[in-house]
Amino acid sequence: MAGSAIAVPLPVAPQAVQRSQWRMAYERFRAHRPAVAAVVVLGALAALSAAAPLVSPYDATKVTLAEIYERPSLAHPFGTDALGRDLATRILYGGRVSLAVGVLAVTVAVTVGTLVGTMAGYYGRWVDSVLMRFVDMMYSFPRLFLLILFGVFFKGMTFGVIILVLGLLSWMTTSRLVRASFLSLKHREFVEAARCVGARDRRIIFRHILPNSLAPIIVAATLGVAGAIIAESTLSFLGLGIQPPTPSWGNMLKDAPTEMNIAPWTAVFPGLFIFLAVVSINFIGDGLRDALDPRHVVSRRG
Amino acid sequence: MNRYILRRLLQALPLLLGISVASFAILKAVPGGPLAAYEASPDITDEDIRRLEHAFGLDQPVPIQYLSWLGRFVVGDWGYSFVSHQPVLGLIGERLPNTVYLMGTVFVTVLVLAIPVGVLTAVKQYSWFDHVVTGSTFGFLSTPTFWLGLLLIIFFGLQLRWLPLGGMATPGAAFDLGDRLRHLILPVATISLVQLGSHVRYLRASMLETINQDYMRTARSKGLGERIVVLRHALKNAAIPLVTVVALDIPELFAGALVTEQIFGWPGMGRLFWDAATRLDYPILMGILAVSSTLIVLANLLADVVYGYLDPRIRYA
Repeated sequence: MAGSAIAVPLPVAPQAVQRSQWRMAYERFRAHRPAVAAVVVLGALAALSAAAPLVSPYDATKVTLAEIYERPSLAHPFGTDALGRDLATRILYGGRVSLAVGVLAVTVAVTVGTLVGTMAGYYGRWVDSVLMRFVDMMYSFPRLFLLILFGVFFKGMTFGVIILVLGLLSWMTTSRLVRASFLSLKHREFVEAARCVGARDRRIIFRHILPNSLAPIIVAATLGVAGAIIAESTLSFLGLGIQPPTPSWGNMLKDAPTEMNIAPWTAVFPGLFIFLAVVSINFIGDGLRDALDPRHVVSRRG
Repeated sequence: MNRYILRRLLQALPLLLGISVASFAILKAVPGGPLAAYEASPDITDEDIRRLEHAFGLDQPVPIQYLSWLGRFVVGDWGYSFVSHQPVLGLIGERLPNTVYLMGTVFVTVLVLAIPVGVLTAVKQYSWFDHVVTGSTFGFLSTPTFWLGLLLIIFFGLQLRWLPLGGMATPGAAFDLGDRLRHLILPVATISLVQLGSHVRYLRASMLETINQDYMRTARSKGLGERIVVLRHALKNAAIPLVTVVALDIPELFAGALVTEQIFGWPGMGRLFWDAATRLDYPILMGILAVSSTLIVLANLLADVVYGYLDPRIRYA
């Protein structure tokens, strides 16, 4: 373990190594092979997208009419689209948009969800009733219907708008998780103890209860990124999300229904990358759930 | 039990009212407005606009507009399309059965497949069957519905030419059950595969948890056959939470139906909503939001009642 070259056998008795909760979770995550592989894939995808101008010799938006609908080749590994643009390049640039929208929309959702869940769970009574009825209401709308309405109203969405709208329509799960966790923790001894020594609400919430509620929030947020990427791509596919010529994985598929009989690669590759990103994120979420929720692991081993 | 159902129904009323207020507010708050199409036309004067506003009641305060909408809504007068001038109730009534036909087939397909597959993966945990199913469900779960639909069209419609590319039936042809079914396969597969993923995974996890329970050991040790133990003792208990999962997935089913109807040219409510949204046809949008959210609220209510019926440990105070 320590990397020493001494040929003395290691003591059999386990050493009492000080290991924090997070350290243990990290080790459990490391043991989840699909999740680790997914981190590598997603990391590569993000890095390639971020470095798109360095990776690709092509321009993502420049029209080259001499090269429309070229089949996948060495020069254009994923072929070209209706305007002669290199599909692989557009996928990399689209990855910037799609991945960033996913992460930022979930940041908005988790912030709002945590705030609402904290208020409802900690203060209880009428605050709880009002907020949770509001959550029930938000849950009763099909999210895609509202996304389409906002998309039509804004005549397609810009990067910032889509993040806000997606975030503000996706916080409910987090709020329920946070509320449930506050309800179960707020009468526990360590919270009572904090209150006895005179801690104020703010300190109890942020120092004592929220850190103990992080695990389910992290898992929900991770899976939320996958959901947000799918939602953004669906909306952009319908023509109401990110507007061309800026590529996003969804809007690259916008013309696929009419193009797929002449250039099926334009319909296949952008979707493949949505799939790749989403499946990786879901695997990471799965790994995090196993790593952060010891109860889950126990039932797995049992 | 009956009193519980009645109370839940009464509690659903304020929720539905809240939903209608929110829908109305969203549609009111947006730029453009219902008369944008008229305003863009050069032949229409400001005076005409004002006359139209008066005719549609748009010159009144918003709360009054809402109340008069609500009053007419509950008696079945859902207004008229701004575009086609047909009654909204009639339009929705025309399209809803097509969506129910699609979603209903999906619903049945998913349950009929998810239960045996979920049970088998749990019983034969870590077998090759389990690995293949767990892997592929994870894949389908991560596939955007619209892209899966496109792939299925490319593969089964364009390459193999086995199945039609869209629509509910061959246009102009006489009713033919085989033709209907062939048009149904791809749209149903598109939504089902995605949904199947989540349900199989859920049932598998729930079965695995149940299989380790004490009463399972008891059932085995008193000499019951493995079949009865799994089906009667494990599945019965493991499937109960599925009721809630299925109900919670209904908004997803609506979204899946909208996208699928769009790709396959299926004349359902999702397409109606899409057409109305792109034309800012407010009365139709309001009607569809009301219908779909009511269905979602009722489905959740039904799930709670069924859950309580299946699991007597849940008591209704």
